[in-house]
Amino acid sequence: MMTLANGGLRVDLKLIADMVEPGSRVLDVGCGDGSLLAWLGKHKNVDGRGVEISMAGVAAAVAQGLSVIQGDADTDLSTYPVGAFDYVILSQTLQATYEPKTVLNDMLRIGRHAIVSFPNFGHWRVRSKLLFTGRMPVTGSLTYQWYETPNIHFCTIRDFLVLCGELGITVEKSIALDRYGGAVPSFGTGWLANLFAEQGLFLLSRRG
Amino acid sequence: MTNRCGASVKGHNPKPMTVVEPSDLSSGRNPLGHTIELGRERPIQLDCGVELGPVTVAYQTYGTLNADRSNAILICHALTGDQYVADPHPITGKPGWWSQLVGPGRVFDTDRYFLVCSNVLGGCMGTTGPRDINPATGKPWGVTFPVITIGDMVQVQARLIDALGIDQLFCVVGGSMGGMQVLEWCASFPERVFSAIPIATAARHSAQNIAFNEVGRQAITTDPDWFGGDYASHDAKPVRGLAVARMAAHITYLSEAALHRKFGRNLQGRQGFSYGFEADFQVESYLRHQGSTFVERFDANSYLYITRAMDYFDLAAERDGGLADAFKGIKTRFCVISFSSDWLFPTSESRAVVHALNAVAANVSFVEITSDKGHDAFLLDEPELHATLTGFLNGAAEHRGLPRGNKPEGGR
Repeated sequence: MMTLANGGLRVDLKLIADMVEPGSRVLDVGCGDGSLLAWLGKHKNVDGRGVEISMAGVAAAVAQGLSVIQGDADTDLSTYPVGAFDYVILSQTLQATYEPKTVLNDMLRIGRHAIVSFPNFGHWRVRSKLLFTGRMPVTGSLTYQWYETPNIHFCTIRDFLVLCGELGITVEKSIALDRYGGAVPSFGTGWLANLFAEQGLFLLSRRG
Repeated sequence: MTNRCGASVKGHNPKPMTVVEPSDLSSGRNPLGHTIELGRERPIQLDCGVELGPVTVAYQTYGTLNADRSNAILICHALTGDQYVADPHPITGKPGWWSQLVGPGRVFDTDRYFLVCSNVLGGCMGTTGPRDINPATGKPWGVTFPVITIGDMVQVQARLIDALGIDQLFCVVGGSMGGMQVLEWCASFPERVFSAIPIATAARHSAQNIAFNEVGRQAITTDPDWFGGDYASHDAKPVRGLAVARMAAHITYLSEAALHRKFGRNLQGRQGFSYGFEADFQVESYLRHQGSTFVERFDANSYLYITRAMDYFDLAAERDGGLADAFKGIKTRFCVISFSSDWLFPTSESRAVVHALNAVAANVSFVEITSDKGHDAFLLDEPELHATLTGFLNGAAEHRGLPRGNKPEGGR
């Protein structure tokens, strides 16, 4: 379960919001009902756009006056021009995309920065589930059975950092999150984070 | 513009239902709304190369234009629609086609917005069209009326908006062919459109849709009562052809699910088959009724001209480039809406518009509304459509410095 920070924003979304400079152009991919965009618009004067796959999410977002299109990361990011945004946010959605690598590249093509968070498949609880029960892990943050999960491309924090290296992506900031979405700075981003962080949150850019 | 048309920019008073004869409309007297003459000094330059002018435009208004003239919404009607958005239709007496959306506190809140809807060029409800008299010959235009385009319709609307003293429209909204006009407005006059809502539409008419239109036109022009388009001087009307055109088109506005729910294979007032060609099935009876009532209120030649305008519509080709080029640098806030069961203007057409708008980093919302009612869903009571429209308009109003509605849900 995620908890709410001050102002009604989920704790992990507040951490994302903290990474965004005021007055910037933001695309939130997988924006749900638009709560992060609404918060950014209200508190940081952000020019925000959203992409959301679920009809209910889009309808809720548009009905509160946000600019959100129905679509998804795999099909819609390619339609935006280079440098259209200052930040492209992908919160807990990377693992559900068909082509995470293309999505990451697209995010850093259309945005100066990318902010990505995802559940860490290297977490000890996931590892132990697989090790001791021999079955695909179903945990508090990974609630789906294998046959119904939308999460088709799980990775660990270490996997993700390796991919960033291969793609020439600079990790400007990384935060390990606990099961409540709160930051745990003491985990760092090395093996400790890979074992104990429920989620990883990264601010990315590409130099040159 | 000397003609600020002050008389028309005032509060709309609901009028009692009045049934008038079509002849009242063609004579230029429109007892239920306004008419204005445009283009006397400066004729309309039609895409076909002809200069047309003056033209008469019949329009309705609802609500009051504010002091800044910043709260005007132009509503664009569809192929067989008209300017009677929220008034009883003067011929049929039926409620206006979007009457459930217009009024105080409703989606198009007449307490906050000034609504304008004009009959399109080529139409038959008071705006100049093929039924009118050609001043050069003293006879009805018929098929000598110049072929018009969606772009021409929008040019005429822009003249009307000029005459009303409005520089920038707060919103341009419309479904189907009305949505084509919305897109054309954005491409032709981007700085005059603060927000735009193209509903159940496309940036170009598909081959399939051209094909359906052609069936309708063939039905009309092969009716012996069409008289080469000159039925007026033969005191005739190609009502059978026009009815068939309407029946064919009406099928495309629905969906298999909607037809099945409404009629299934139910028989009409009989226990068994007639083993003949009576309207055995309810769906046949329904279509025949649709056809026969349509001919009372619509002109066959107008149907030819307006369907042709839709066929010619191709926003990208008009600007010899990709669709995105039509929207380059646009500041307009868009809300594109489609319906899941619409196979006449399927969601893929709306998505193409959205992707073109993305390509120029335009401000766009896009909602595909789940409905089994087909293309007609935009005219029906769809709560999700109403909530989307209300939310988008409220958000746009805030950015335009207009008052937001009190009720988050809008609707009724």
